[in-house]
Amino acid sequence: MTVTFLMDGKEVTAQDGQTLLDVARENGIEIPTICFHEATTANAVCRICVVEVEGMRTLQPSCIVKAATNMKVQTRSEKVVRARKTILEMLSATMDLSEAADIQAMMKEYGARDERFPDAVRRESDIKDDNPMYIRDYSKCLLCWRCVQVCADDAQFTYAINFEGRGYETQIGTFFDKAIPQTTCVLCGQCVGVCPTGALKPKREFLLEKGKTPAEISVMNTGRKQRKPR
Amino acid sequence: MIKPDRITTTTCPYCGVGCTLQLHVKDDFIYKVTSPFDSPVNHGNLCVKGRFGYDFVYHPKRVTTPLVRRYLLEGKPKPEGREQVYAISVDGKPIPDSQISNDWDWVETDWGTALNFVADNLVRIYKRDGSDAMAVYCCAKATNEDNYLLQKMYRALFRTNNVDHCTRLCHAGSVVALQQAVGSSAMSNTAGQVIMNDVFIVTGSNTSENHPIIALQMKEAVQKHGAKMIVVDPRRIDLVDMAEMWLPLKPGTNVPVFSAMAHVIVKENLVNWEFVKDRTENFDEFMESLEKFTPEYAEEISGVAAEDIRKAARMYAKAKNGAIYWGMGISQLSHGTASALALIHLAFLTGHVGRDGTGLNPLRGQNNVQGASDMGSMPFHYPGYMRVDNPENRAKWEKAWNIEEGGLNLKLGLTTTEILSNAHEGGIRALYIMGENPMMSEPNLNETRKHMTHLEFLVAQDIFINESGAFADVFLPATPFAEKDGTFSNTDRRVQRVRAAHKPRGQARPDWQIICDLALRIETRLGVSTAHWAYSNPEEILREMGSVNPDYAGITYERIDKVGLIYPVPTLDHPGTPTLFTESFPRGRGKFHPLDYVPVREEPDDEYPFILTTGRLLEHWHGGTMTRNSSLNEAYPEARVEIHPADAEIHGIRNNDPVKVQSRRGEIVVRATVTEKTTVGVVFLPWHFHEAAANLLTNDALDPQAKIPEFKACAVQVFPARESDLPNPDVVVERGRY
Repeated sequence: MTVTFLMDGKEVTAQDGQTLLDVARENGIEIPTICFHEATTANAVCRICVVEVEGMRTLQPSCIVKAATNMKVQTRSEKVVRARKTILEMLSATMDLSEAADIQAMMKEYGARDERFPDAVRRESDIKDDNPMYIRDYSKCLLCWRCVQVCADDAQFTYAINFEGRGYETQIGTFFDKAIPQTTCVLCGQCVGVCPTGALKPKREFLLEKGKTPAEISVMNTGRKQRKPR
Repeated sequence: MIKPDRITTTTCPYCGVGCTLQLHVKDDFIYKVTSPFDSPVNHGNLCVKGRFGYDFVYHPKRVTTPLVRRYLLEGKPKPEGREQVYAISVDGKPIPDSQISNDWDWVETDWGTALNFVADNLVRIYKRDGSDAMAVYCCAKATNEDNYLLQKMYRALFRTNNVDHCTRLCHAGSVVALQQAVGSSAMSNTAGQVIMNDVFIVTGSNTSENHPIIALQMKEAVQKHGAKMIVVDPRRIDLVDMAEMWLPLKPGTNVPVFSAMAHVIVKENLVNWEFVKDRTENFDEFMESLEKFTPEYAEEISGVAAEDIRKAARMYAKAKNGAIYWGMGISQLSHGTASALALIHLAFLTGHVGRDGTGLNPLRGQNNVQGASDMGSMPFHYPGYMRVDNPENRAKWEKAWNIEEGGLNLKLGLTTTEILSNAHEGGIRALYIMGENPMMSEPNLNETRKHMTHLEFLVAQDIFINESGAFADVFLPATPFAEKDGTFSNTDRRVQRVRAAHKPRGQARPDWQIICDLALRIETRLGVSTAHWAYSNPEEILREMGSVNPDYAGITYERIDKVGLIYPVPTLDHPGTPTLFTESFPRGRGKFHPLDYVPVREEPDDEYPFILTTGRLLEHWHGGTMTRNSSLNEAYPEARVEIHPADAEIHGIRNNDPVKVQSRRGEIVVRATVTEKTTVGVVFLPWHFHEAAANLLTNDALDPQAKIPEFKACAVQVFPARESDLPNPDVVVERGRY
């Protein structure tokens, strides 16, 4: 079964069940994405991929909305561009995007300003360095949900991390805020592999950035942690 | 943010899954590993070892200069007292000079000197005692090219088949059983096909820890594709969470359990008669032997409820696509061959082999154990599993290696375990070890230690001085995976590229270059014509091998550049063979073998009431040469014995308590983990930890056909011990993972 509809005025054909994002990419139409990842289930968390669909009240996230016959889709209408720009400005007002090169490029493209929301409270937290493999710097986290997903049913089936807190206080965390080694975590680092902003980072990359030399880093794992039993 | 100088795509050096790694390199230092999400085997997923476990490459204890013992340099006789060989103590501190004879010191030297000492001594011993005195351990961690050359050196120059590697200690039982029953010795299908199964059996494999990425695919098959998983294992492993059934059998009772399943399949007429008639032989004789394996008989021996055996048998037999995945719980027994045959019979009876989504799938342990075996690193086979006692095969390799007619040895060589047990006057005198660590991986290590000291000359070619290298006379510093080019063949026969991320550290050299250099020196001393050692790159080595071994004939580096090829690849335009046996088996018909139940060699008794079963941990790799010298050791720094809460209570043992585990052969002190992950009467130990080596306890009884030792079952006793008895009392693992 195929469906035919209009995207940016052009007639396109899609397989039944295909998302608008997928169709757009097949037809060379660029829609920006942040939380979307080929290896995870799309959840429309970040909303940067919204498009305007005639007859629908709100903008539609193209990563999950399926193509349907006779749809009229605008991927870059004024409303869409304004929404994307605002999303980027809100992100940049509240978190550290210094290592999210793709998002910085998007800000430039959409003319998003860093100082749009000067009174915004920045989401800041200390770097969590609680295991030998990777660090977690949630000041750089935009809650894209990918790490939670690959830890759960999208890859690892380990369920070590999830959202904690509510509303603006929402953050990624472990159950009861336990240190990573004490959770079900198997240190596979699938989460590190899908993090778009550098919030999750291999320990050795982190140390190298901190100015440690390879020689200094190499002796670090030779010392044994001393802990008291029980 | 760090910008990498380059990103090198290569294949993971740990397990047999064969994940694609991208090494991010800055100033000749790998600081990050990623994996492309379109990678053929792992789809971007990695485990802790692949993603974070590469830092052994830079560990300060790595040796990058050739070393020889002082006695060699000074031309003195070899000193007595080889017990004191650990110039580096277990904590990495040098042992005070006063405790060691100076003659036994390691002295740094240059390659020429070191290789000349090796060539001189090997040739001296060969000329004096002949082929039977020479032996070599190839290496399932090294590349196909390295292994091919090392077995070539020993077969062509020293005319011996005493060539083996650690496959003997892991899947020899499976290999021999598959050879007997179907005439092949690899997984029949790819691991990725698990999502096409509707019922699959996982047995003797803690897949989540030992083949983590295949475990993900198994979980995906269950969670997203509706497959049903049957776990048959004495431990309540992680996969049990998602299994339809768990049959907790007593270690070493595979034959009755799987034969009882076969019994049910026959008695309830669930047999695929067409398959049995067209594709197999010896069914009637097999049927006779099957008569006594009723589920009730199996229950009595194994502890698995007869009704569960029936249910599992029906489930597997009635599946559209059924498959079996197995690990060392099947093969590491004194009847490992019979255990594997019992599984093979299930596939024969039901016809669950020879189609996509079915199969007989031994999960091979090492990154390149399949490849090393393919390369002829075995005492009975040339590359391509050509028997060495067949003169026709011999003629082919004589031609390839420029050897006079009838020059190669027809006599079957000794296996890994036999090589060491024959280390004495009149037996094996010189041993060459590439990358292996028998002083951790052999059973009954106290005995192994004695054998090691009886060798006249030992060469270690490795990246660290491990427990075995400590006995060596010459140490040749080789390069790990990140510093060399070549190929690995993974568990499902996919041949993939290995690429150097940066130049070798110090004076270290890739194994294939060391072997070529040494072989030329040996040829000069023997005064023989050359067997060809002048390769300008590893691909020439693979092509030479492929010119005689049809499985690899169609493989070139260009063809495997992106996604590898699954052998057999007989021609240059052949697309590879993911599913084997679609038309027939290599031996023609699949052969049923009548089986009998033979108990494990050492059953528990009043004095040693527990069965000890050994295995591996997610965070560590085998003898620990790599992982114990990396940050993985921080994630899991100590050995722990797993004991069931019911047993622990009787013996007054609480979680984290120090306990002494003792067998008839040795004892170690470790902390206890009181957990229902193990079953009543069974204790589990990982074997990675030299300070509490599980193999001090294990039984060196061998399977008569495969010569694989019985690592999976021996009798032990467990006593409470004191904190001060622990090798490292300050270290406690605090891990929440299952």
